[in-house]
Amino acid sequence: MNHSRRSFLKSTGIGFLALGLPPSFLVRAAGAEQGGRGKALVVIFQRGGMDGLNVVIPFKDQAYYALRPSIAVKEPAAGEERAIDLDGYFALHPALASLKTIYDNGKLAIVHAAGSPDNSRSHFDAQDYMEIGTPGIKSTPDGWLNRYLSEKQASVSPFRGVAVSPQTPRMLAGAAPTLSMSSIEEFRLRNVAMAPTLEKLYANSTDPLFRQGGKSLFDAMARLRAIESKIPPSTASYPAGRFGVGLKQIARLIKADAGLEIAFNEIEGWDTHVAEGGATGQLANRLKELGDGLAAFYQDLGDRVEDIVLVTMSEFGRTARENGNRGTDHGHANVMFVLGGRVRGGKVYGRWPGLAPEVLYEGRDLDLTTDYRAVCGEVLARHLAQRELSKIFPGFRSSSSLGLVV
Amino acid sequence: MSAPLSHEQKILHFLNRISFGPTPEEVQRVDRLGFRPYLDEQLAPEKIPDNVAEEKVAALKTMRLSSRELFELYPPPKVAQERGMAMPGEMNAPRFIILELQQARLLRAVYSQRQLYEVMVDFWSNHFNIFAAKGADRWLTTSYDRDTIRPHALGKFRDLLLATAQSPAMLFYLDNWLSVSPNFTPARMPANARRRGLNENYGRELMELHTLGVDGGYTQQDVREVARCFTGWTLVRPRGDAEFHFEPRLHDPGVKTVLGTRITAGGMEDGIKVIDLLARHPSTAKFIATKLARRFVTDKPPPAVVDRAAEAFRRSDGDIRTVVRTIVDSPEFFAPEAYQAKVKKPLEFAASALRVTNAETRMTPQLLRYLGRMGEPLFLAQPPTGYPDVSSSWISPDMLLTRMNFAADLVGNRLDGARVPPNALRDTQALVRLIAPDSLSPVTRQALAEADEKEAPALLLAAPEFQRR
Repeated sequence: MNHSRRSFLKSTGIGFLALGLPPSFLVRAAGAEQGGRGKALVVIFQRGGMDGLNVVIPFKDQAYYALRPSIAVKEPAAGEERAIDLDGYFALHPALASLKTIYDNGKLAIVHAAGSPDNSRSHFDAQDYMEIGTPGIKSTPDGWLNRYLSEKQASVSPFRGVAVSPQTPRMLAGAAPTLSMSSIEEFRLRNVAMAPTLEKLYANSTDPLFRQGGKSLFDAMARLRAIESKIPPSTASYPAGRFGVGLKQIARLIKADAGLEIAFNEIEGWDTHVAEGGATGQLANRLKELGDGLAAFYQDLGDRVEDIVLVTMSEFGRTARENGNRGTDHGHANVMFVLGGRVRGGKVYGRWPGLAPEVLYEGRDLDLTTDYRAVCGEVLARHLAQRELSKIFPGFRSSSSLGLVV
Repeated sequence: MSAPLSHEQKILHFLNRISFGPTPEEVQRVDRLGFRPYLDEQLAPEKIPDNVAEEKVAALKTMRLSSRELFELYPPPKVAQERGMAMPGEMNAPRFIILELQQARLLRAVYSQRQLYEVMVDFWSNHFNIFAAKGADRWLTTSYDRDTIRPHALGKFRDLLLATAQSPAMLFYLDNWLSVSPNFTPARMPANARRRGLNENYGRELMELHTLGVDGGYTQQDVREVARCFTGWTLVRPRGDAEFHFEPRLHDPGVKTVLGTRITAGGMEDGIKVIDLLARHPSTAKFIATKLARRFVTDKPPPAVVDRAAEAFRRSDGDIRTVVRTIVDSPEFFAPEAYQAKVKKPLEFAASALRVTNAETRMTPQLLRYLGRMGEPLFLAQPPTGYPDVSSSWISPDMLLTRMNFAADLVGNRLDGARVPPNALRDTQALVRLIAPDSLSPVTRQALAEADEKEAPALLLAAPEFQRR
C-alpha cells in the first residue's frame, strides 16, 4: 500500500505540518536571509479548458474552417478581425496581438497539440492530474511544483513558492512551505495599530507553535513592507482583475530578489460551451486579458525577464468541431505558451497531428503529441537545473528534447 | 500545564470539544446540569428544539430541493441556453447552490442548539469528503449533506457507510458510477462511452480513508476485488437524474475474495457484503476510534482512549453515539494535556468567534471568503482525504494573518454579515473567562491591560489562546 501517501496526507493540502517536528519553514524562516538574484518558474493555469484551436489557429489545415463554421477565426490578411500570421501555417488570435512582438523578438515559444495525456474530460479530474503531475494516478498526495521545492532547498526565503490566489492551489500544495496571497499590499494587518502589540504577543507567547508561526508571519510581513518601499508599484499597464494584479505581484517579488523560485497564478473563464465567439466575443475577451497580462509582465520585468520562464497550461482543449450552441465542448490536446528571456521563441513547437476526421483523438478532439510534462520538465531541467525529473514527474520519461530553453 | 483543570476550565474545555465554542448561556447550563446530563442531552439531538437555526436555514431556498430540482433551477450555461433561459448570473448559477450550503453549515455551527450533532456532521462530512465543485457534484452535494450525512451522523457507522456508498455524490466523486466489469463491452450507447473497465478509485479510498485506514491490512489485490464487487453501482444520469441504480449488465458476476473472505452473493449484494465486512472489521473500529479521539482529545490521542473507543465501537456494532460518549467519558478527555491542545480549524475558529461575541450572523460571501483564505472553504476540499485535523496544518503565515484580520474586522463591526451588539464586548474579563479562564498567558494579560476598550476584544480573539480549543 501507499505508505508515503498516508504519512504525507497528515500534512497535505494546506501547506505544511511536521510530524512532531517544527514545520520546516519555521525553522528556515528563523535564520532566513535575503535571496539573491535567482531564477524562477511562473506557471499560469487557465481553468476551464481553453479552446487552443481558436487561440493558435491552424489556418492552413483544411479541416479547421469546415469544423467551425460560426466560430472560426479568419485567416491572416489585411483588415480587421483577422488572425495574426506566425509562420505561414499557424496564426495568433487577434486578441493576443500584444504577444506578437514578444514572439517576433524570440522570447515567446508556442507548443501546439500539447497537454495532459489522460483522456478525462472532467474539469476536476483533468485539473487534478495536471496539478499533481501524474495523469491517471489519483493517489499522488502533493503538487509537482511543491515536489520541486521539496527537492531543492536552494534558499531559505519565505517566498520560495508563492501563489497569487486566495488558497494554495493543488499544484503548489505539499510538504514544502509556500505562501498564498492576493497581493503584497493586502498581506498586512487591517488594523495597523494592533500590529506591534500582536507581534509582541506572539513573539513572547509560551505556545511554541504560535510563537514560531507568529515569527514567520511578522517576518514575511516585514519583508513585504521592505519590498513595497524598494520596488515601487509598476507602471506597466496590467489588465484589471485578479490575473493582472497577480502578475504584478509576481513581477515585484522577482525584481525585489525576494528569493522567489516558483510562482503560480490562474485565470478562469475558459469553459466556452455556449457562444464562444470568433475573432471577438467571449473567448476573445479572455484572451485579451491573458495576452495583455503577459505582455505587461514581460515589459514590467525588463532585463529580469532573463531570470524567468513562464509556462501556461489548461486542463484540456476543446472539441475540434463546434457544437450546436456556437461553442465547443471538453476535448483533449491544447496549446501552451512558454515565455522568457532564455526561451528559444519565435517558433511553434510540437508535431501537428492534423484535424482530419480519421486523425482526431477519439474521433472528436485534437490529438496530443507533446505531454505537458515534457515542456515543464525541460524548463525545470534547463532553467532551474533540476536534474532528477523522475522525482518531480514520477513515471514519466520524455522521449526527446524540444529545445525550448537555451 | 500539569495541574488538574479547574471547574471553570473543565466547562470551557468540555464546550470547546463538543460544540463550536462556549457562550455564557451554555457555560451556565453545563454548570447547572453537570457534564454527564449535558452530554446525554447533546447525544439526543432529536429531542432538542432548534427553531432559531432551523428558521435561518429554511430561508435558504436550495436546501430543501432535490438534486433534480436543483439541476432544473440552476442549470449549467449550456443547458440554460438550450432551454432559452437567461444566462446564469450570481443568483441562478450552480455555484449559488454551494454558497447556500456553506451558509447553512456556518449558520448551524453558530446557532444550532444541537451543537454536538453539528460537530459530528462536520466530522463525517470531512471523513467522507466529496468536492462540491467537481462536475455533477455541484447539484448533488445538497442532498449528500441532507440525506446521506445528517441522518446518520450519530447513528450506526455501517448505515452511514452504506448511505455514502450509494449516494450519487460519492458515486460521482470517486468515479464508481463509471466502473464496470472488465468483461463489459460498451454498446453503441454514448452514455457508456467513458465506461472502460474497472475503476479502482472508490474501492481504494473506501478502505484507505473510509474504513480500515492505510495500515489496516489490505492489499492491492483487495482493492481490485472490492472494485469488482461494486461494479454496477452506478447512476442513472449524473446530471439531472442522479439516482443510485444497480445495473446488472455492468456488474462483474465472478467470485471475489476480499480480505480473505469469499464473496459469492452476486449482484448488488456483493457490494453490501463488502460494506458489512468493512464496517465490522477491527481495523475500522481502530481507525474510526483514532480519528474521533483526535477530534475530541488531542492530535496524537493517548492509546488508552483509542483502545477504549475502538472497543466501544466493536461492542456496540459501530454505534457512533456510544463511541463519542466513551471518548468524552474517558479520564484522558479532561486530562491537563488535552486542555487547549487542539488548534481550531477555520470553521471552528470563525464559529466560536461569532458565538463568543454574540454576533448577529447572516452569511455573506465576504464572511465565507474569509473561511476560504483561512484554508477551509466549506464543501470544497479537493482531495478525498478532506481537511487535516492536526494543529500545525492551520497556521501558515497567510492563514494566521487572515485569522487576525477576521478578529479585528469582527470586533470592529467591519465584517459584512456579522454584527456584534454594542455592549457584548464591554466586559473584557467576562470574555477572558470564556476563552482562557485562569490560563491567560502573562504576555496576553499585559497586552489586554494596556489596550483600550475597543482593542482588547480584537486582541483577545487574535491571540494564540483563542486559536486553540
